[in-house]
Amino acid sequence: MNERLLQVSGSPHIHSGESVKKIMWSVIIALIPAFLVSIFYFGIPVIILTFVAVASCVVIEYLIQKYLLKGEITIWDGSAIITGLLLAFNLPANLPLWMVVIGAAFAIGIGKMAFGGLGKNLFNPALAARVFLLISFPVQMTTYPIAKPIFHLGADIITGPTPLGILKEGVKNGQPVDSIMHSTQMPDYINMLFGQMGGSFGEVSAIAIAIGAIFLLIRKVITWHIPVSFLLSVFLFAGIFHWVDPTMYANPFFHLLTGGVMLGACFMATDMVTSPISPWGMIVFGLGCGIITMVIRLFGAYPEGVSFAILIMNSLVPLINKGFKPKVFGVAKQK
Amino acid sequence: MKTFKIGGIHPEENKLAKEEAIEVFPIPKQVTLFVTQHLGAPSTPIVQAGDKVKVGQLVATAQTLVCANLHSPVSGTVVKVEPVPDMTGYRKLAITIDVEDDIWEETIDTTSEIRKEITLTKPEIIERIKACGVVGLGGACFPTHVKYMIPPDKKVDYIIINGAECEPYITTDHRIMLENGEECLIGVQALLIASGAPEARIGIEANKPDAFEHLQRLASQYPNIKVFKLKTKYPQGAEKQLIKSLTGREVPNGKLPIEVGCIVNNITTTYAIYEAVQKNKPLIETYTTISGKRAKTLKNYKIRLGTSISEVLSTVGIPENTGKIVSGGPMMGKAIANINSYFVKGMSSLLFIDESESKRGVVEECIRCGKCVTACPMGLEPYLLYALATRADYEECEKHGIMNCIECGSCQYGCPAFRPLLDMIRVGKNKTGYMIRTRNK
Repeated sequence: MNERLLQVSGSPHIHSGESVKKIMWSVIIALIPAFLVSIFYFGIPVIILTFVAVASCVVIEYLIQKYLLKGEITIWDGSAIITGLLLAFNLPANLPLWMVVIGAAFAIGIGKMAFGGLGKNLFNPALAARVFLLISFPVQMTTYPIAKPIFHLGADIITGPTPLGILKEGVKNGQPVDSIMHSTQMPDYINMLFGQMGGSFGEVSAIAIAIGAIFLLIRKVITWHIPVSFLLSVFLFAGIFHWVDPTMYANPFFHLLTGGVMLGACFMATDMVTSPISPWGMIVFGLGCGIITMVIRLFGAYPEGVSFAILIMNSLVPLINKGFKPKVFGVAKQK
Repeated sequence: MKTFKIGGIHPEENKLAKEEAIEVFPIPKQVTLFVTQHLGAPSTPIVQAGDKVKVGQLVATAQTLVCANLHSPVSGTVVKVEPVPDMTGYRKLAITIDVEDDIWEETIDTTSEIRKEITLTKPEIIERIKACGVVGLGGACFPTHVKYMIPPDKKVDYIIINGAECEPYITTDHRIMLENGEECLIGVQALLIASGAPEARIGIEANKPDAFEHLQRLASQYPNIKVFKLKTKYPQGAEKQLIKSLTGREVPNGKLPIEVGCIVNNITTTYAIYEAVQKNKPLIETYTTISGKRAKTLKNYKIRLGTSISEVLSTVGIPENTGKIVSGGPMMGKAIANINSYFVKGMSSLLFIDESESKRGVVEECIRCGKCVTACPMGLEPYLLYALATRADYEECEKHGIMNCIECGSCQYGCPAFRPLLDMIRVGKNKTGYMIRTRNK
């Protein structure tokens, strides 16, 4: 027998092959459909803005790790790329690029690295940056280009309000919901489904986002708990108000398809790091996100509340993790 | 199809050797028997250098409660009783015997005839199991007779037989069920008598349909034995999970199966029990699967205890690029540190793990994906226990149920950040256990 050293270690001696890198790249792949639809509706600015956001996130993470922390460089684990993508997806396509860079710096610097880097951040970095930008540059952050298929000529981008903005403004002026829905500015449901409407560019197409989410579900990167409980609570909350007073409150389908609900429920709230760990915790988290979103939409000053809702629920995650523990085998039945 | 509810994983099954019939490995020229072949106190040698022994002769006795007798697997002359390094490299007391011929004790029935009728009474069966040194062959090697010393206030409703064989690669239980199913069921009958239980339930994972059908057909002649198909899910064969799958009962934490009226035995153990009770044959062999993705030969061997591991390895050949040799399943088995050691009771496999698979991935930060939590069959939070154990906060470890961990490895198997969850939980469990014991003194 020839000389050879054998490895010795504790069990288990096999591994599933899953890795952080694979998970991150799966999320990136899942974002591709929504990205393509955005290019289709908002054109070249989408590509430029996304590139700037991703590049800034990666470069800023590199700079912080190299010169500030003087530690290991982990930019290729894909997490900074995801933060950049999700940040870009949450911005209007015509936002000045220097603002995008500031957003990226906030996302990585404050949102992620200040808490200790990947796995330790309390808030979703992309959402934290989006809200930071919204508060800092309210005008630019709420001026959305109107979606037009790319081969529509006369490419001058015209800006306009989002469906949620139109609704909020109309209700404030005392118009009944029904007439707001039929105003010329308001896109119809088919357009909402495919994404031809105003909004942050990555959030407009419910279908493209759903395709990405299904991929993540199949890949077992996310579970159904957060998206389903989030969407269901939005639907029920909106549905109950619509049922009570249809002149004041819009149809629940309208609330599901507009704004950031789909992107939020499938990609932002499901961020592993900033969401609860146990299935019941995830359901509570999703319900909380949905309810806060609808409270802001129906009664708040902002037309949209997804970002705030998720950030508020992010801050409750440690508490949820404590309160909703998995059932330990052989314990619950003892009284 | 029955299964347990919480957690579980489905690793690649790799039951590569399932078609290989059990083969008898040739009797070696010398055997070395460790006096610790079981869980519990070491047995005490009763032979010395120069003594002549026969096959099946008692060579070390159990002096305490949790201990097992040890018999010579060969005939010949004892050459020494001295410490020898075991598979992990620790020196342990062992009896070395030079083999001469193959002469068996006269009291042992060496015919191949199947003896169906059980003539022994309840206490005689338990005494016989004890005398023959039978231990659990599912991996833990717990002395079997101890399980049947039932406290007077407890009643046994079910004898649970583990034919799940949920560990990847290992196929000895599968082969035993196919080749010696009838004997196994007689062994089960003996256990029913020994425990006074009205019913025995055998659980077999769905990936062994032939074994399931075979045993079900054989069991049709026994109204008190039922055979069930179980979902192929690891750790289906873990004691508490198996009871849950087969009876719906949940063993309270910190308690033994008897608490819910169950006693669990492995299927290969029932064969050993048959041989002990019906043939008066002590446990002197182990059934071992030789496997691995690149194994040169796939085998299911019947090997005399004390055979040198390196002798078996040179017979089957170590494949190129072997990085690790594991004894037992890849999920819960032990990596062999010293191949110049010897076979012991319950050593169910020798697995060749490739170089590439034998090295662990680079540890990264926990991203709180929760895969460990969903995988844990005990409903624990491995990521949290890891953190608490690292911090040496054993009070908190205890509160979060670290002592419930069955060390199945499901958490670490699926961790995308390659965190050594189980390594640290084992340390935590050890220290927490020590803390609890000193507190109770």
